Amino acid sequence: MKVFATYNIKGGVGKTATAVNLGYLAARDGYRVLLWDLDPQGAASYLFRIKPRVKGGGKALIRGTRSIDSAIKGTDFGGLDLLPADFTYRNLDLLLDSAKRPAERLAALLAPLEADYDAVFLDCPPSISLLSESVLHAADLLLVPLIPTTLSVRTLDQLTEFVGGFNGHRPDVLAFFSMVDRRKRLHREIATDLPAERPDFAATLIPALSVIEQMSVQRAPVTAFSPRSQAARQYGRLWQEARERAGLTG
Amino acid sequence: MREFALDGESSRDLDAPASVASSLPLDGGLSWANGGRAKARRRIWLDTFDWRLYRAGLTLEQAACNGRTELLLTGRDGDLLAREVLAADREPRWPCLVSELPAGPLRELVEPVTGIRALSPVVRATSKVMQLRALNDDAKTVATLDVDRMSVTFPARAAAPARLTLTPVRGYAGVTERISFAITGVPGISAARGPALETALAVVGLRAGHLPGKATEVQLSPAMPAAVALATVLRALLDALEANVPGTIRDIDTEFLHDLRIAVRRTRSAIKLCGRALPDGLASDFKAEFRWLGDLTTPTRDLDVYLLSYPLMTAGLAAASPADLSPFHDYLVRSRTAQYRRLAAGLRSARLGELTTRWRTALEGVRQARKRPTVAQLAAGRIGAAQRKALQAGRLISAASPPESLHELRKRCKELRYLVEMFGSLYDPAQRRQAVRELKALQDCLGVFQDAEVQRTEIRAFARQLLAERSVPAETLLAMGEIAAGLAVAQREARHEFDSRFADFASPASQARLTGLTTTTGLTRTAGA
Repeated sequence: MKVFATYNIKGGVGKTATAVNLGYLAARDGYRVLLWDLDPQGAASYLFRIKPRVKGGGKALIRGTRSIDSAIKGTDFGGLDLLPADFTYRNLDLLLDSAKRPAERLAALLAPLEADYDAVFLDCPPSISLLSESVLHAADLLLVPLIPTTLSVRTLDQLTEFVGGFNGHRPDVLAFFSMVDRRKRLHREIATDLPAERPDFAATLIPALSVIEQMSVQRAPVTAFSPRSQAARQYGRLWQEARERAGLTG
Repeated sequence: MREFALDGESSRDLDAPASVASSLPLDGGLSWANGGRAKARRRIWLDTFDWRLYRAGLTLEQAACNGRTELLLTGRDGDLLAREVLAADREPRWPCLVSELPAGPLRELVEPVTGIRALSPVVRATSKVMQLRALNDDAKTVATLDVDRMSVTFPARAAAPARLTLTPVRGYAGVTERISFAITGVPGISAARGPALETALAVVGLRAGHLPGKATEVQLSPAMPAAVALATVLRALLDALEANVPGTIRDIDTEFLHDLRIAVRRTRSAIKLCGRALPDGLASDFKAEFRWLGDLTTPTRDLDVYLLSYPLMTAGLAAASPADLSPFHDYLVRSRTAQYRRLAAGLRSARLGELTTRWRTALEGVRQARKRPTVAQLAAGRIGAAQRKALQAGRLISAASPPESLHELRKRCKELRYLVEMFGSLYDPAQRRQAVRELKALQDCLGVFQDAEVQRTEIRAFARQLLAERSVPAETLLAMGEIAAGLAVAQREARHEFDSRFADFASPASQARLTGLTTTTGLTRTAGA
């Protein structure tokens, strides 16, 4: 089982769109996939038409009084399941803080799912917190969407340095440019130069396209409702890069 | 997952998504949506000839849809236990042994159940499957409904009534229960009893799990005239014999020949022990022909036994290596192929056709018979005599007795067991099973002894033959010597075990159980034949 996490300290950069589309593409490739919507805003849950509610809330999951398995819902797409968001996830930091070995808690919760899933996608809320740390410890590959600006790149460097300081398991980091606007000169320059220079950058970039915004209207991944669109093609390429980088076989 | 059976009229009503939606109304914010274009599915249900999977509560199906072929193994409640997607160039050619299936969880579950029996198609069908989705008020799919309209194409052609399969999406079991309740409320629809395999078989007039000619399943009543009852039992044995001929000729697995031989042996025993109860001269005409048939099958079966025990033999080698025995294995395979050709020619011959036709006609002519002796009297007399003979033969065996004496006792025990099973329906099933179990323990011991005796004699003959052919190295002959030594040890152990096994069988308690079997029918014991 490989754990992918879409993570960025900033909001609105395309984390959920990435998790939803890559999760869908992984399932379409025949992998058994679970997407955990960790964001209390529940955008991924909304896109899959699943109510953002977990019995007992985040507390029951973190404390283990309710198994993750029992909270999972099937999506409308074969092979792709979702662990929905819950508004109580806003308190996950506090809950983790009171748990033993909080940074490793998420990995421990996912361990029993090893036999059921080939890939898990963690869609993280925008923050830097104990939850983020627990996600970083659980993940095999961090997918970091970045808007092509100088500050974004600086944030990535900070994240890489932070992860590099972990003892034991360290996730691999794969950054990619998201919401790229070809009309902007800065976007064009950064998005062209950096992937060529740095190994932690994916060659694929995700453009800013209105069809991606249509996901919230269609309530489905763009790769499902518009599989021949440019957006779907780019997510397809990004998935191939992420899959190979994570060493997901089969 | 829930499955529903439809009657003929309801089946006709559900021919399009719109008609399904109107025929199966939903409430509580639920609605049906079309799940896409109907799909064609080719289905083959597989089992061993003696229905080992079905009897173990398993259903194995090969399903092909949209260019993808897979094997599906389901349990008694219809839940999927294992799935194996078959590569286009690796689809099994049925019938085939389970060891030829791709390695994986499905094979691991099936192999212990089927053992050495091959899997063969029991039904072939084509289905047109239409799918609908049950949506909640958020337009989220909470369950899928497959409407399966199936036509059976083998072993006969017939259309089956439609069948519905309601599958919950994970996390929506509660709402699926509501949908299930709504569906069963529709006239003409009911919860399906048994797997689709049973429906497919039923429309062509067959029944899953039915095995022709099982001796203990022949129903007799104690007051039946002996001749009529005996003819009924012999007809069932003839059914078993004939049912196993095609599988033996096609060499599907070694058990066809084994079961064919059992049917022949039981027939010969019945003729020998009870034949005089049949109308004058009827059975004696056939004795020689059934002997011919038995003898025809022996060489191939002996080689089958060798080849089946070969892995165990090689595993038990101490000094030689398994590779040393390879030329011997090749020799066994060559010999088996040659013997099998003779056997198949004999089974295809007009002689066998004539034997079975004449025998059936003769048995079917036994309708009017003298009322006395009754079958209970015949059975009591014959079982009593066989019991006395077995005891007598066993008591004569001493440490100095030759192997032939034990073989004679084995034959007497077999006759006794065949009689108990042949007339089994007359007796209390629990008592009968207990009596057979005790007898079987002695038979098993005698079987090991005699098989070792035969194999030791044969391996000497094989060695002489191989030496004469100058076709094998000395290592092979040495390894064969080791096998012969192993057989001698097994035989000595069986001989050692015999005394206590026979003492168990001859104990007053065990003998009383056998005697009690025939006396509890309440009828007088007479020498019926």
